[in-house]
Amino acid sequence: MKTPIQLRLNGEDVATFADGGANLLDVLRYSVGDLTVKGGCWQGTCGTCTVLVDGAPRLACVTLAESCSGNSVETVAGLRRGADLHPLQTAFMEHFAAQCGYCTPGMLMAAKALLDRNPNPTREDVVDAICGNICRCTGYEPIIAAILDAARKDARRSA
Amino acid sequence: MLEMRKDIFADERDDDLREVGRPTQRQDILGHVTGTSAYYDDHHFANLLHLKVLRSPHPHARIRSIDDAAAARAPGVKRIIRGADVPVNLNTLLSLIQFGKDDEPSLATETVRYRGEPILAVVATSERAARQALELVRISYDPLPAVFDVEDALKPGAVSVNPVYPKNTFDYHRKYDHQKLRFGDVEAAFAKADMVFEERYQMSPIEHAPTETNGSIAVPDTNGRFTVYTSTQALFFSLDTSAKINAMPSNQLHFIGGTVGGGFGGKVDTLTEPLAILAARLTGAPVRYRLSRHEEMQFGSPRGAERIYIKDGVMRDGRIVARKVRAYFDSGAYTRLSSYAVVKCVAHIPGPYTIPNVHGDVYCVFTNRTPATAMRGFGVTALDFALECQMDKDAVAIGMDPLEFRVLNAYRDGDMKAHRRVAKNCALIECAQVAAERAHWPLRDEFRRMSSRKGGGEARAEAVADRTLKPAPPGAPRTPASSSQRAAYERPPADAKSPASPARDMPSPAAPPPSGSTHGVRRFSSIFGTRRR
Amino acid sequence: MARHRGRGVATINYPIGMNLGGDPSQALVHSNPTGKFTVSLSSIDLGQGMKSVTRQICAETLGVPIEDVYVDTADSDTGPHCMGSFASRGTHRVGNAVMAAAREARGVMMEAAAEELEVDPGDLETDGRGSIHVKGAPHRAISVRDVAIAAQFRQGKTISGRGIFLVPLSEVDPETGEMSPATCYAHACQIVDVEVDDETGDVTVLKMTSAYELGRAINPKLVEQQLVGGSWMGMSHALYETPEPYYPDAREGPRDFNEYLMPGPGDICPHDIIVLERPAADGPFGAKGPGEMCANPSLPAIANAIFNAVGVRIDELPITPERVLRALRARGRSVAPSRAR
Repeated sequence: MKTPIQLRLNGEDVATFADGGANLLDVLRYSVGDLTVKGGCWQGTCGTCTVLVDGAPRLACVTLAESCSGNSVETVAGLRRGADLHPLQTAFMEHFAAQCGYCTPGMLMAAKALLDRNPNPTREDVVDAICGNICRCTGYEPIIAAILDAARKDARRSA
Repeated sequence: MLEMRKDIFADERDDDLREVGRPTQRQDILGHVTGTSAYYDDHHFANLLHLKVLRSPHPHARIRSIDDAAAARAPGVKRIIRGADVPVNLNTLLSLIQFGKDDEPSLATETVRYRGEPILAVVATSERAARQALELVRISYDPLPAVFDVEDALKPGAVSVNPVYPKNTFDYHRKYDHQKLRFGDVEAAFAKADMVFEERYQMSPIEHAPTETNGSIAVPDTNGRFTVYTSTQALFFSLDTSAKINAMPSNQLHFIGGTVGGGFGGKVDTLTEPLAILAARLTGAPVRYRLSRHEEMQFGSPRGAERIYIKDGVMRDGRIVARKVRAYFDSGAYTRLSSYAVVKCVAHIPGPYTIPNVHGDVYCVFTNRTPATAMRGFGVTALDFALECQMDKDAVAIGMDPLEFRVLNAYRDGDMKAHRRVAKNCALIECAQVAAERAHWPLRDEFRRMSSRKGGGEARAEAVADRTLKPAPPGAPRTPASSSQRAAYERPPADAKSPASPARDMPSPAAPPPSGSTHGVRRFSSIFGTRRR
Repeated sequence: MARHRGRGVATINYPIGMNLGGDPSQALVHSNPTGKFTVSLSSIDLGQGMKSVTRQICAETLGVPIEDVYVDTADSDTGPHCMGSFASRGTHRVGNAVMAAAREARGVMMEAAAEELEVDPGDLETDGRGSIHVKGAPHRAISVRDVAIAAQFRQGKTISGRGIFLVPLSEVDPETGEMSPATCYAHACQIVDVEVDDETGDVTVLKMTSAYELGRAINPKLVEQQLVGGSWMGMSHALYETPEPYYPDAREGPRDFNEYLMPGPGDICPHDIIVLERPAADGPFGAKGPGEMCANPSLPAIANAIFNAVGVRIDELPITPERVLRALRARGRSVAPSRAR
């Protein structure tokens, strides 16, 4: 039995049918075709699949897709601001905050959720925001530095 | 955070390069920050099938019977694969370089030798359907006694883990159960040493934990080929291994990878590709086999545990005069790459120090646990842990500063190393000096003045003279290649060195390849190819 | 009950590349008709930066801007053989193969340019900005683009090159272990400051100070990525990680990241890094490789720092709070550890 699911994905309306009980990660990747969302553990412990549901970070692999029907979902595919990269993306590049790149989409979305609600985070705020996201390559320091830098630069631009 | 000290060794470099040395942005960074870098699983196929394996719940057991009838009838199941379906159901990874005997099945048939060993695969329309079908398989086992401790495994009467190596140790040179290192005379040196210390160290197993788990997708292509999207960190290693297990010519396989979500050594073993290809062959459909996080953590190969004993003879003036190392690599139930790590470990003894008398015995031991494999620092990480803890204990015991103790014993250009090659291009002393200065670790002037480029060689280069083995007579016939060990692993007469002219630390010439098959399987390797013989 | 600070050190070296079986890698380099170059490999980028390091080596060797080189990997139909991305062999082995291929391609490029400029190829040099000119006469120049067009459409030349780098297999003597395990070694010294809580057994790493010598640093930012991430992994190995917490007892294994512990972003510490470059005679531009060795000194340096802080030796990894507390308790009863003879 398939269930109809309608999402506002990165500002566009999308609709699909999914198996009952399907998780948001599989629906985004394999039904909708947004392959920018990565899966790392499928059990809610690594943060790799972090997306924003109505602005709040959610682990897509343990989120029932049906429960998001009618909600807004943001993934890294919608992070750009028009033709420009999001300041977080630019900062991740400048700080060499990605190596294998596999955790990067989830890390960026966790960071976006933080900056959307707190444009001037402290280092502790950043650590809290990404402590559910596993990175095996970088040792985290460049990621923390990138997020703090993005916040500073974005604040300056908005000012 | 990072400072380049261009002033050190400046006379050995030209710093006039244009692109090299610049902090250029990564070629792949835009893909990474936009989520568009394509990993193996980012290739989408409408009619994709999913493969899951049934794993043994026992660390050691005989399989009495397998009943998969109900699973075969379960919804969504397209195919069940058993060991008998695997064309070449016995392999060892390093057979690609003719090192070791085939000892590991893709799917166990009669006996399981570790908890988690794959026995049967289900190919179904979804991962969930495959998992549900696995629940319906009934297997009855006769549990067997198991051995988990490396030293227990070597005791007389110990449970035999792997029938290819019944004594629970890998064979070295067809005559030893370990690899030896002999340099000088440690026992004589211990007798003269002011102090002797012996200690035991235990490295834990470690999981690579890449954020992307091992996996692959095999897709039947036109013209009878298969395209394989893979997370491997060794493309042709995996291609050739898959070709061998599937008894296919290697040019029937087209492997695509290269963008991988972390590896750290855990993606060399080709855990998924052979079965994914076999399933794609048997079903005619694209098949994905990806490890769950639980599988990756417990049944994907870990960094193997190592137990290391070190005995040092030290003089009160700070010189280490003898070091004896005995180490056991826990290979788990099968060889994979541990046999190689042992050799790398032997080469690393006694660490970056010039010690005139060194003795090493390193074992690759089979136990009833998940087979171990390579991980960052393979063969060296655990030994460095043991050696550097031992160095600290030595220093404290003789009342010397631990860093000065290391600088005093550090190897220098021109010194003879225990594996009988002359050290060159050394920089341990300089690293110690620079780190000490930055961390305000007080080094006395004489240690601050020492250099890797001065004071080496001479007497320190001759330490080996009294102990070099008799070289083979010139023109002596080579031992013919046969059985388990690669011929190249033996010592050709051309490479024999006289004590008076120690070998430089340069690659030795390639020995001719062995004549014919070394262990009963077809030679197929793209590494050496058939052209060379 | 108190917190105790301590400091430990370790010095290590590390062999570059595989020491067994022969260790080859190949590369192909070719230009398109407008002078942009592609490097074809089968080597893997696992995050270590294979694509980027080989790109810089290729651009340097060809004498063209980095933007004019793209590295394509890994496709077994187009990329020639490589042993794989392991054993710290990427920069050294693959880098050398790319350098050889780029040198061959450069040779053709310079011949084609010489034919267009009607000079001897030996009199030409690249400016690294996309142009080739007569030495000492920069105005007598031709762009790489025009050279590629001329080579393809007028001269019938392929601006391409093949490269292989092979460290032949190492013999190992069964009796003595005599062998040639590697052609060059990287080096490191790491000093670690820790704090140990003698009530909880918790170990906090406060600071790392390290010097690494890794031959030529092809890209200092990629080197930094390896060193920072690698020492984090070393700290993780020392204090947190294992799939078998009661090894050799195989039970109680973690199944997910809630049970398999690693230091999170709140557990990291400042790390002062100094890089030394003593070029390797056979490395590409003298490079060795930073990938593996950077994790190794942290394990013993942390163990030694814990001894320095609280006077107990923990010779079994990982050094969990449980092991620290057990060692502290055992010390109360045991005799001094010195075994002077």
